[in-house]
Amino acid sequence: MSTDNKPPMPASATGIGDRPKKRSILDRHKVLETNATLLLIFSFLVVTIGGLVQIVPLYYLENTIEKVEGMRPYSPLELAGRDIYIREGCYTCHSQMIRPMRDEVERYGHYSLAAESMYDHPFQWGSKRTGPDLARVGGRYSDEWHVDHLRDPQSVVPESVMPKYAFLENRMLEGEHIGDLMAANRVVGVPYTDEMIEVAQADFAVQADPESDHDALLERYPGAQVRNFDGQPGISEMDAMIAYLQMLGTLVDFSTFTPVPSR
Amino acid sequence: MSKKPELHQDDPETTGHEWDGIQEFNNPLPRWWLWTFYVTIFWAVAYSIAYPAWPMVHGATAGLLGWSTRANVAADIAAVDEANAAINTRLAETGLTEIADDPELQAYAVNAGQAVFNTWCVQCHQTGAKGAVGYPNLLDDAWLWGGDIEAIHTTISHGIRNTDDDDARYSEMPAFGRDELLSAEQIDQVANYVMSLSGEPQDAAKAEAGAEIFADNCAACHMEDGTGDRSQGAPNLADAIWLYGGDHDTIVQTVTNSRFGVMPAWQPRLSEAEIRAVATYVHQLGGGE
Repeated sequence: MSTDNKPPMPASATGIGDRPKKRSILDRHKVLETNATLLLIFSFLVVTIGGLVQIVPLYYLENTIEKVEGMRPYSPLELAGRDIYIREGCYTCHSQMIRPMRDEVERYGHYSLAAESMYDHPFQWGSKRTGPDLARVGGRYSDEWHVDHLRDPQSVVPESVMPKYAFLENRMLEGEHIGDLMAANRVVGVPYTDEMIEVAQADFAVQADPESDHDALLERYPGAQVRNFDGQPGISEMDAMIAYLQMLGTLVDFSTFTPVPSR
Repeated sequence: MSKKPELHQDDPETTGHEWDGIQEFNNPLPRWWLWTFYVTIFWAVAYSIAYPAWPMVHGATAGLLGWSTRANVAADIAAVDEANAAINTRLAETGLTEIADDPELQAYAVNAGQAVFNTWCVQCHQTGAKGAVGYPNLLDDAWLWGGDIEAIHTTISHGIRNTDDDDARYSEMPAFGRDELLSAEQIDQVANYVMSLSGEPQDAAKAEAGAEIFADNCAACHMEDGTGDRSQGAPNLADAIWLYGGDHDTIVQTVTNSRFGVMPAWQPRLSEAEIRAVATYVHQLGGGE
């Protein structure tokens, strides 16, 4: 390209001479826009401040760390059921968070509290409901209903699109790794004691056997339900799953809970 | 290559740099865009003052409007409760058998009861209360624990064979086969006898042998004629209505392993007015006594 026939640059276009001076601080952004390193540094700065303002308060604000009575870590059998729940991807269709709205409270029960998920790693709040919310499904149906429903959901809910989980009945569990799972949960803050982890496998078996001596289990996990959940001999994944489902949302006694409106 | 554009006196100034003869006008942002941008900034500030927003030492700022999700839902619920307070109190205080005498109360109870039923009961008793295998049909005249409104009310309040309510209805049929109270042959015979009670085709010889087994083992709860006993939730075996199935194999299975149907107690979950409403609804479906 030739520059021979280039017209003379007007003084206003050269950035010198009579070009108006920038006065406002808001006009200084040109420095950032023309310096990649500075732009990067200031971008990080902005994102850091935004992140800190949003995240840090969650660790100390009273409404996010509200304490409620009755919450306890999952018993070994319940924890195994929760693991199966996550493995099967139940969370893709079922949420576990009742929102504070009248229609949800009427249908599912008291709205969920942050503290009710305090031992969930990861939490199961979910953002989509193909099936109903399960935050308070515990005690709502009989064990037999859960067995029927997991075997063949359409046998009790004809319009359901839920897949069949009959195979859970045939997969027997020994609970030999449940102590490890509890130890892993302890690393992220669930207050399992050494004793709980030591007797985890025994507790695991005791909860599914109503004939056993389960006083110690109930002392470690108040409110735990001890039953042969699937009605079959042995402990299957079905037992663990139903043990988990039947305790969901049952730990907090809402007759003694007074909500603080500001939370 | 075409002739380069010339800059005119009234053109805006350029940004001052040039690449390969291309210059850039330093045009300001469109005014409407810029002002919209300023308005969004103003909106954000105003919003964070009006609504809960800024994290402080102990809690977030409450906001000038005093918005609270918890207070809102409590107010919503209270508004509905208040609107229905008069009739709910009337429903809770009227004698169960007298609800039907009050047309306004009955209409309210049936409508409210249907809503409760569709939320809490249909999963087992099915849409329209038609029931399923193992979950009783509530439309017919066959009742396990009684079909007058007081019995229905008690069943709903306390449930059946659950572990949560000390007043839950309770009975337990022995597992005659599993616990080896009867031999497989005897169970086969008594199953044939049970089938004969409702006139199903059966092996007459086995049924005859089963009659004595029935009298010795089953009649205490199911009565000598097999018509059952509602005080124990023992089903009528002579009416050809079956909860788990009346074919030979199912009856053998029932006698061998027994059944233990559970219904939750609804007292902890539903108000007295709601329980009475749903009892009224179920009672008027067709089978109420």
